[in-house]
Amino acid sequence: MISTKRRVFLKGTLAAGTVGVAVGAGLLAPSKLLAAWPSEAFAAEGIAAAMEAVTGSSDVPDGDVELSAPEIAENGAVVPVSISTGMDNVTEMAVFVELNNQPLTAHYVLGDGAHANISGRIRMGESSNVIAVAKSGDSWYKTVQEVKVTVGGCGG
Amino acid sequence: MSIRVRAQESNGVINIRALMSHDMLVPEDDGGPHFIETVEIKRNGTTALTANWQFTVSRNPFLQAEIDGASGDTVTITWKDNKGESDSSEVEVR
Repeated sequence: MISTKRRVFLKGTLAAGTVGVAVGAGLLAPSKLLAAWPSEAFAAEGIAAAMEAVTGSSDVPDGDVELSAPEIAENGAVVPVSISTGMDNVTEMAVFVELNNQPLTAHYVLGDGAHANISGRIRMGESSNVIAVAKSGDSWYKTVQEVKVTVGGCGG
Repeated sequence: MSIRVRAQESNGVINIRALMSHDMLVPEDDGGPHFIETVEIKRNGTTALTANWQFTVSRNPFLQAEIDGASGDTVTITWKDNKGESDSSEVEVR
């Protein structure tokens, strides 16, 4: 148990270090997310690196973010996921599947008149936590839900 | 390729439901990865929502969103994939 936690801690620290270097080198400008398909964030491996690439931190606090997904998905190829929040001034939202190789699944930029209420369907190869994040003002908040998958959906 | 779009207004909010025809090939598939990277929803020519997607979005993607607006407005949905293909559909809000 102790060694597991230590491993997670080390992984998180290493990932944060790497992204920190990338930010310092100007490789990962946050504004890039608003301009074009955020290739670095989608390529990021592991949940800590992916969260950091989108939000600037791998440690996003829990908050007023709603995530609606089935507790048990019989077909991992089509898992309906809805994200919403009652917070004001929401400009970005995103969905991560923690155990996917590249966890970032969807990233939304809310423009003129858009409500923070978006639904889609995603693929999951195995049971995993699904994490929804929303940016209200300058701050990111998250919510986490586990989805159990009985038949995976990432194969060919 | 096609996009089926429904846009219905109620109490000043347009509910948009779009079903895009695309195989969304993952890297392990023949010819993959081949997937929709961005979807843009415009109302009367102004961008209201941009979706950036990974290949882990399901095949034939569905997107539901809500934006402020009125009956008679024009809603345009455009997707572009990682191989430069694209499709667009325009509907009048009911």
